[in-house]
Amino acid sequence: MRRFAALFEALDRTSSTSAKRDAMAVYFAEAPAADAAWAVYVLGGGKLKRTATSTELRLALAAGTGYADWLIDDSYQHVGDLAETIALMLPGVEDGGEDVPLHVWMEARLPSLGCLEPAERIELLREWWRPLPREQVFLVNKLLTGSLRVGVSHRLVVQALAQWSNLPTDLIAHRLSGTWKPAADAFAALAGPERGDEHAGERPYPFFLASPLEQDVASLGSVGDWLVEWKWDGIRAQLMRRAGGVLLWSRGEERLDGRFPEIELAAQELPDGCVLDGEILAWTLDEDHPLPFAALQKRIGKLKPGPKLLTDTPVRLMTYDLLEMAGQDLRERPLAERRATLAALVEGRGPTLMVSPAVDAPGWHALATIRGQSRERRTEGLMLKRLDSPYRVGRKRGDWWKWKVDPYTIDAVLLYAQPGHGRRSGLFTDYTFGVWEGDALVPVAKAYSGLDDSEIGQLDRWIRAHTIERFGPVRSVEPTHVFELAFEAIQASGRHKAGVAVRFPRILRWRTDLAIRDADKLDDLRRLASG
Amino acid sequence: MDGDLLLPRPEGLYCPAGDFFIDPMQPVARAVVTHAHGDHARAGSALYHVAAAGGLLMRERLGADAVIHEHDWSERFTLGDTLLSFHPSGHILGAAHVRIEGRGKVAVVSGDYKRDPDPTCVPFEPVPCDVFVTESTFGLPIYRWPPMRKVVEDILAWVEECRERDVPAVLFCYALGKAQRLLAELATRTDRTVHLHGAMLRLVEIYRGVGVRMLPTAAVSDSARGKDFAGELIMAPPSAAGSPWMRRFGKASTGFASGWMQVRGARRRRGYDRGFVVSDHADWPGLLRTVDDCGAKRVYVTHGDGEALIRHLRETGHDAFSLRSLGGVMPESRSSEEGD
Repeated sequence: MRRFAALFEALDRTSSTSAKRDAMAVYFAEAPAADAAWAVYVLGGGKLKRTATSTELRLALAAGTGYADWLIDDSYQHVGDLAETIALMLPGVEDGGEDVPLHVWMEARLPSLGCLEPAERIELLREWWRPLPREQVFLVNKLLTGSLRVGVSHRLVVQALAQWSNLPTDLIAHRLSGTWKPAADAFAALAGPERGDEHAGERPYPFFLASPLEQDVASLGSVGDWLVEWKWDGIRAQLMRRAGGVLLWSRGEERLDGRFPEIELAAQELPDGCVLDGEILAWTLDEDHPLPFAALQKRIGKLKPGPKLLTDTPVRLMTYDLLEMAGQDLRERPLAERRATLAALVEGRGPTLMVSPAVDAPGWHALATIRGQSRERRTEGLMLKRLDSPYRVGRKRGDWWKWKVDPYTIDAVLLYAQPGHGRRSGLFTDYTFGVWEGDALVPVAKAYSGLDDSEIGQLDRWIRAHTIERFGPVRSVEPTHVFELAFEAIQASGRHKAGVAVRFPRILRWRTDLAIRDADKLDDLRRLASG
Repeated sequence: MDGDLLLPRPEGLYCPAGDFFIDPMQPVARAVVTHAHGDHARAGSALYHVAAAGGLLMRERLGADAVIHEHDWSERFTLGDTLLSFHPSGHILGAAHVRIEGRGKVAVVSGDYKRDPDPTCVPFEPVPCDVFVTESTFGLPIYRWPPMRKVVEDILAWVEECRERDVPAVLFCYALGKAQRLLAELATRTDRTVHLHGAMLRLVEIYRGVGVRMLPTAAVSDSARGKDFAGELIMAPPSAAGSPWMRRFGKASTGFASGWMQVRGARRRRGYDRGFVVSDHADWPGLLRTVDDCGAKRVYVTHGDGEALIRHLRETGHDAFSLRSLGGVMPESRSSEEGD
């Protein structure tokens, strides 16, 4: 664990991606394979099943320090991170301390907490913490709560592994895809020589991700070089028909088996040895566009959907790419060819499997007009894909662009604030905004991002000086400041006090030119939601 | 209750019995100043009383024309109906807490203080009193300072790493107090010259003049045009970060020495490559120990968000209040960053 703690510190300290990559590559070369395997897992965002609650951690901290609960809470509010608060408050050991290997923590120690009674768990946590230096107390808590953020992308981990193993990054990415099980032999296998059957088995192909279009669309050249599709607002998924079975993988590379039985059933009709890329959408038979994302959300959480849910909220797979056919990896073939094969494979098999239709337009200008209909069609805009492009790995700019529709905007008043976490801990950066209903301001959205550091600092000082009331960490403030918020979608909601729920709200600007009476009215939002 | 000795006023903390202000933010007739940081020592008052050990620094801050009365440690002097004396607070060179005796009781106003050893100033001296006014810049139990030996090792390892990578190491820290303390602490382990930002030069010379042993220093501004600072340690005030002055160091690695660096979020937010936990203020154990050492019946807390310290003191059997509870209005905007 000491070696991993040193790696974490090295990664945490630098913002240089090449320094991070080098540090990881050196670690992979030097660490025992059993530990390195878990490092790959954790750096890539992998988590253990959580075996202790935050409350139990707090109780263990209170028992270990003798501090009152409120003082622990105050400290936590200031630090913004429970794992770190514990590391800072415990006495800790100065130098050295215990060094239990990372894989022992991950395979034996942390999972073992799950079988204990809460009181035993608290006792054991205290025993573990006692001989550890501060940085390891922090890491153990982070691993335990599954909240370790290392500031390296999955792609950078892949690059570091490629650097260490001297293999191409795409091969490493593929070997890591799906449910990669961290173990010494699996780690060693990452560096093994390339075989002919790399794509066999249950592993999905790494997804190709589009980048947001920021430049003028006309700079993409002739519209005839591009396949244009709607940007569907669902769950990205890879459907694999292999070895007589059907596998459905999410873009987060989680198995979705059983959640969408209608798709699995329809896929049984496909020939063996094909892999399709597409979007799961909630879509009833008699409609010509999908249901809102909120409907799909009801399905996401359900491991085994019941008959009523299946009837009310059926799903479809809107396919748009074909990665494998008759057991052959097609990813290097041009998109035009893959699409033609996809259409021949899927079309006419019934409504559950569809091919995302091409959107035809004579030029970019006409396309811009069509993009204006995105919302009516319940899509997020358009996708632009170069017809002669291969299916790449990860987010590579140039061949796939998402040309999203402009967001909705409203002007809303700051009502509540609470301290943020991580880089923003100790600063009031989590805001709640409201709009007018009659003479009252009703909360409609929470937003965390969009202000720059100097605005955050200015607003933080203002909030401290103009607090009306405190509710735990939350402070209500005098309604004074108006902000322009952007959001992607708005829907009627019974769970929200305002009766509407907005999707992906964020701050666009601080409207110092507006007074609170200039903020929007709830009625206007309701109209948007029903429209 | 204690408003006859201490009363917050817009200009600063006022003593009605002695008719003087402690560390006033605006010009007043009589000022008693605890130490030379900008958020305590402001020019413009008609008359100043200060501790002699910090006299030269006060002169630097208050101007050549200021009327300054200097007093030795523990020397008693009278203002109005009060008897005053200065006692070392261990914060920076010449920093004092003020003992005020009058109206049948003894109050001590601590200014800023620390309990950790510091080769650049006389250690904190506890002064028995009835009423104690304490700062609480770092008033939460998450603030416990690491031993200086470890911080010095970390700084030297960082400079070594920069030398290997062939980049300059720019360490930001407050120009008065922190810079000299680090130069003195580093002198126990190395003798390499440290390059200084212009804002630190005179202050370092004042420390040297009173016999504080520090590393050899050179002014960055005196170095030849185009000098390569790779592998060198440079010290500068935080205000120099991101300024054109930094350009000469190219792709330097940057560090910040401050008590705030204890928290990872604060470290990452400031965008320095490295944070070193060094403070000239008392940490949580230091605050509690000091309250016990001076045996005060009542404790008033000022600086920062003292609520946690007040509540903890109350729960552990002390009469603790916010300084604001004495009535009156105090300027809130003290920068708790200075000299932290």
